[in-house]
Amino acid sequence: MTHPLFSIDIDVARGTFRRSVRIESTRRAIALVGASGAGKTSVLNAIAGLVRPTRGRIAIDGRTLFDAATGVDEPAHHRHIGYVFQDARLFPHLDVRANLLYGAPRRDATPRFAMDAIVDLLGIGALLDRRIEGLSGGEAQRVAIARALLSQPALLLLDEPLSMLDRARKDELLPWLQRVRDEVALPMVWVSHSPEDTARLADAVFELA
Amino acid sequence: MDALTPAELTAIGLSLKVALTAVACSLPFGIAFGWLLARKRFPGKLLLDTVLVLPLVMPPVVTGFVLLIAFGARGPIGTFLRENFGIVFAFRWTGAALASGIMGFPLMVRAIRVAIEAVDVRLEQAAATLGAPPWRVFLTVCLPLAWPGIVAGAMLAFAKALGEFGATITFVSAIPGETQTLSALMYGMMQVPGGESGLWRLAIVAVAMSFAAVFCSEWLVQRQRRGDAA
Repeated sequence: MTHPLFSIDIDVARGTFRRSVRIESTRRAIALVGASGAGKTSVLNAIAGLVRPTRGRIAIDGRTLFDAATGVDEPAHHRHIGYVFQDARLFPHLDVRANLLYGAPRRDATPRFAMDAIVDLLGIGALLDRRIEGLSGGEAQRVAIARALLSQPALLLLDEPLSMLDRARKDELLPWLQRVRDEVALPMVWVSHSPEDTARLADAVFELA
Repeated sequence: MDALTPAELTAIGLSLKVALTAVACSLPFGIAFGWLLARKRFPGKLLLDTVLVLPLVMPPVVTGFVLLIAFGARGPIGTFLRENFGIVFAFRWTGAALASGIMGFPLMVRAIRVAIEAVDVRLEQAAATLGAPPWRVFLTVCLPLAWPGIVAGAMLAFAKALGEFGATITFVSAIPGETQTLSALMYGMMQVPGGESGLWRLAIVAVAMSFAAVFCSEWLVQRQRRGDAA
């Protein structure tokens, strides 16, 4: 029997409110949609190990990352989850190249995602020696995606990678995101509040009420 | 104005040596406590916070007296350190460094704490998702970004240590060439007639050194703030 790729059943609390979230899916690229405040980012944070759910279980591709019942709670740095944040979160004291290499394993001679291939995939070859503060929003997001992939993740989380960009920048970044989805055979979770974007990027859509 | 006399130069050199040693030895502790107060919640945090500020507000004589009781020749810690490591504080310049280090510590911890609080936790989270264990996040994200504030705190503690008087003279007295720092020498000069010209010279030196240290400290703090805004 094949296990579902995503098996998530958790309660997350943020401040005074609680959300129950259930996601079972065998599709590789899923999207979470819902109004702002529906807890989409909280779910991503829980999957990444940045916040602890108050209850429940998170398993990705058969690997249990969190289980309140058995006390399993892998720390974030052991989860192998690439997280592309809404605000990119590149390290301002490092240049683009050093950002890209931050999570790259040093002793792996033949990584699944090699530096040259990923730099090509996202078209950031010309940016490698640039400082972070000089990047446009779209460039910063592409660097953030590349940085996440180079950490050799088993799962990629993308939190509204388009939301901080204006229409023109969005149209510029969207094809890169589609390339990542098509050429990188990784499970992915997209968060978006735009049904139009998720329709183009995800195989299955889950709405958080 | 006359040149500085050898005794005055000795006192200035000793003050610099004492203050540098005080800052170098207290900095790791300052970073540790600053990080603890900025990033962690634990029972007794308010108590720790209060204890760390105490040297700033207690009469320096009390701090010196406590040091004398604990680290003196017959004090429990003093005896332990002498018998096991051969480290002696009583009536040595190392004692002056200990006293001035403790007096500058509240300023140092406060500045470092503020600097670490100013580091975006979300960048540290990003580092964790990239596989960095907490110690690596601290060394490669937190420390480099807080660095200007940490140096600023060290400069401030250096300035404080440079001018420390009460706790030092209580703990290790004012032995010329060993524990007679700039402040102690000035105080001594006031007790004898005709010491005024030396007092003026040393006062100018003290003001200049304090000014330079505080100025650098403030400049670094502003630089870190500007860096955050960018």
